[in-house]
Amino acid sequence: MKVSPKAEEILEALWIATEEAGDNAAHLSTLGIGPDDEALAELNRLAYIEVSGDRVYLRKEGRPEARMTVRRHRLAERLMMDILDVKGGEGNAKACELEHLLHQGVDTKICTLLNHPSTCPHGNPIPPGLCCEEAREQGRVGVVALTELKAGEGGEIAYLAADDPKKMQKLMSMGVLPGNRLQLSQTFPTFVFKVGHSQFAVDQDLAREIFVRKE
Amino acid sequence: MKKRSISDAQVLPKIVLVGNPNVGKSVLFNALTGAYTTVSNYPGTSVEVSRGVCEVAGQRFEVLDTPGMYTLMPITEEERVARAILLEETPHTVLHVIDARNIERMLPMTLQLVEAGLPVVLVVNIMDEAERLGMEIDTALLEEKIGIPVIAAATARKRGLQEIRAVIENAADRPQARFSYAADLESDIRQVADLLREEYRLSRKSLALLLLQRDTEIEALVRRTEGEQDYARIAQVVNGVVFERRADLHLRISLERKRVCSGLLAGVVRQSAVAGVPLAERLSNWMMNPWTGVPILLLILYFGLYQVVGVFGAGVVVDFLEGVLFEEHINPWVERLGQTYLAWDWLYELLVGEYGVLTLGVRYAVALVLPIVGSFFLVFSLIEDTGYFPRLAMLVDRVFKRIGLNGRAVIPIVLGFGCDTMATIVTRTLETIRERIIATLLLALAIPCSAQLGVILGLLSGVPGALVVWSACIAGLFLLVGFLAARVMPGEQPMFYMEIPPLRMPQPRNVLVKTLTRMQSYFLEIFPLFILASVLLWAGKMTGLLEGLVRAMTPAMNALGLPAEAAAAFIFGFFRRDFGAAGLYDLQTSGLLSAVQLTVAAVTLTLFVPCIAQFLIMQKERGWRVSLGILVFVSVLAFTAGALLNRLLLAGGVLS
Ligand SMILES: [Zn+2]
Ligand SMILES: [Zn+2]
Repeated sequence: MKVSPKAEEILEALWIATEEAGDNAAHLSTLGIGPDDEALAELNRLAYIEVSGDRVYLRKEGRPEARMTVRRHRLAERLMMDILDVKGGEGNAKACELEHLLHQGVDTKICTLLNHPSTCPHGNPIPPGLCCEEAREQGRVGVVALTELKAGEGGEIAYLAADDPKKMQKLMSMGVLPGNRLQLSQTFPTFVFKVGHSQFAVDQDLAREIFVRKE
Repeated sequence: MKKRSISDAQVLPKIVLVGNPNVGKSVLFNALTGAYTTVSNYPGTSVEVSRGVCEVAGQRFEVLDTPGMYTLMPITEEERVARAILLEETPHTVLHVIDARNIERMLPMTLQLVEAGLPVVLVVNIMDEAERLGMEIDTALLEEKIGIPVIAAATARKRGLQEIRAVIENAADRPQARFSYAADLESDIRQVADLLREEYRLSRKSLALLLLQRDTEIEALVRRTEGEQDYARIAQVVNGVVFERRADLHLRISLERKRVCSGLLAGVVRQSAVAGVPLAERLSNWMMNPWTGVPILLLILYFGLYQVVGVFGAGVVVDFLEGVLFEEHINPWVERLGQTYLAWDWLYELLVGEYGVLTLGVRYAVALVLPIVGSFFLVFSLIEDTGYFPRLAMLVDRVFKRIGLNGRAVIPIVLGFGCDTMATIVTRTLETIRERIIATLLLALAIPCSAQLGVILGLLSGVPGALVVWSACIAGLFLLVGFLAARVMPGEQPMFYMEIPPLRMPQPRNVLVKTLTRMQSYFLEIFPLFILASVLLWAGKMTGLLEGLVRAMTPAMNALGLPAEAAAAFIFGFFRRDFGAAGLYDLQTSGLLSAVQLTVAAVTLTLFVPCIAQFLIMQKERGWRVSLGILVFVSVLAFTAGALLNRLLLAGGVLS
């Protein structure tokens, strides 16, 4: 059942509030809608949500749809940033438009194209789809940000997502280059890794921008 | 820093050392030049460049040690200076020093230097440690393939020095370098290079590559040299190529260099397996793990700061120089001379009186401060040469981010425990103005210098609990003020990346040279200020201004719950941090201070205004507006915190 774009935005916000921020509900005021909103009524009809006063609850029935909505949004963000190279606020706005179009297998195609990414450019998790499970079972490797690796893990550097060319250049000149092998040795208090025989420490912000094809 | 020049440097052919940080450039520099070294700022920047003279087969050369650089396309000010030297100095020989263990990563810069048309000699350094890691490098084969002289060296062990001298001597018969990129990239480069008509120090190929990579300095250089009209044509071609290549050209060039290097290294490097993790690596891991790293840090602080600087430097050496040499021998002697020959009372006071230039200024600078900072610089250089600081920086990065700094700032902050004035100069090395201001503020507020620390620790250790209250107050305010400053100051959060060099055994000679160089530049910077301070104190005493100031500060002393006599300690504190603490010492021994008063006074004095030398350096580095702002803020905060602490301690019945 395909819901309206507006309803998708609400589901997305509910998923983030309940699954990621740890609240049990979202407020109408923070969602920016009134109690007699059309999209709200639509979701109510489908029994995806429950409204009680100012509070909106995500029902069990609505969770799969909400999860997939979040997945589509974050895949759209990745696509914007990694492939289409649209960045900043504009990228986000475009991702919001695009996400509503990623239905009926399009999300799977994009997920596969992006090598089943596990996080969005902001570092938030992308809920895995069936394609990701399959890829994992077949032992196909995925590209993850350095922040996703555990100490002791390593892989080949796939690409750098730094938006600042200076930063990018700095990393490249230190030998953090696509194709080089990287071995992560520590994740706290900062990320420490080895490329060749050299050791580097970078903070979380930079670690998020180094993508590794996991072994 | 004072600038000195070697008189005949202009006419000597130059040998320039370039390379990444931590590849042993300075050791090689020292080995080549011996004692004839000067360290000065590169014109127009705050980056230090060492210059020295060496003699090869009867011919004298000037040797320049450039700041560490990773690529020919500069990002940091250090790299900019290193390139400027290559651009402007017409070197006879460029020694590219690389770390043998990382030959694959560092060789691309050799390519850049070669394609720039510079007379490059590759020094594959640290061979001994590479061999220990099971690496074998056939430098003769590499030399044959790359077409420039390649020398296997371990400069710390004096290996390869002979060969380096020989290669400098026989500059005429060096082989010709050759290598090329993929055909399409080469043709792109040629398109741009062929448009350059004028004369440059760097080769056209290298300039073309830098133009394609959008190096703004090179763009400006070419615009200046070729003229506006020709430049427009060049820019058009550059833009065309960059657009043709859409996908990141930078990356393409980097990958292409990497490909060339793997080709050059094929058959050159052999890696055999070595068993076990070496001790140095295990020790390094302990230092970087928070659970073991913090205890190790405390041990280093205890032995380095407390034992060597506090007990040995501030205790044994000062007792001898100040107590025995000056008080018992030199001072009585100059006072006698003064009484005999100085007829005017004011002149006597100025030179050898209570605050005399000779009896106070010189004595303080030479007998008190020099040994304390000297022992601190010794420890600091020793720790620096082991490669510990990058590990400490990564350990504290998270905490430092909270206070608007990043892990790199740990170096000036630690240096502050030796001498805040020196540390304020070193804040230059921080990347953004915002970081520099925050670090300067925190140094002025909460970091006691070694001299002050020594006296305060001695005073407070007699009162149970006082040391705890004092440390908690200072550490708390350090974090709180940093935290607030990070919120108030505009500008973006600094990012942190750092190469962590392997732990190394420091070379005694290198440590010694570093320590002496630092002591020398410190002394030249500070000495005039000491003389100024004693003249000011003298003037204050002669005019009665000093007494007036003490009286004027009585209300402030009352607010702190201190006797009026304590005001003198605070005024002295402005002239010298430890001077103020020494004033407290006098009050304490004459039984004028209770435990609470002592603690309050120590806290206030630690926080209170930096000494005059530090203030003047702050002014020099950060300008009037910022330094006066810090001065006022720190003074107000010190007295407020002191007054509050006094109330709290009295009300809580703590320490009494
Ligand atoms: Zn996102
Ligand atoms: Zn997938």
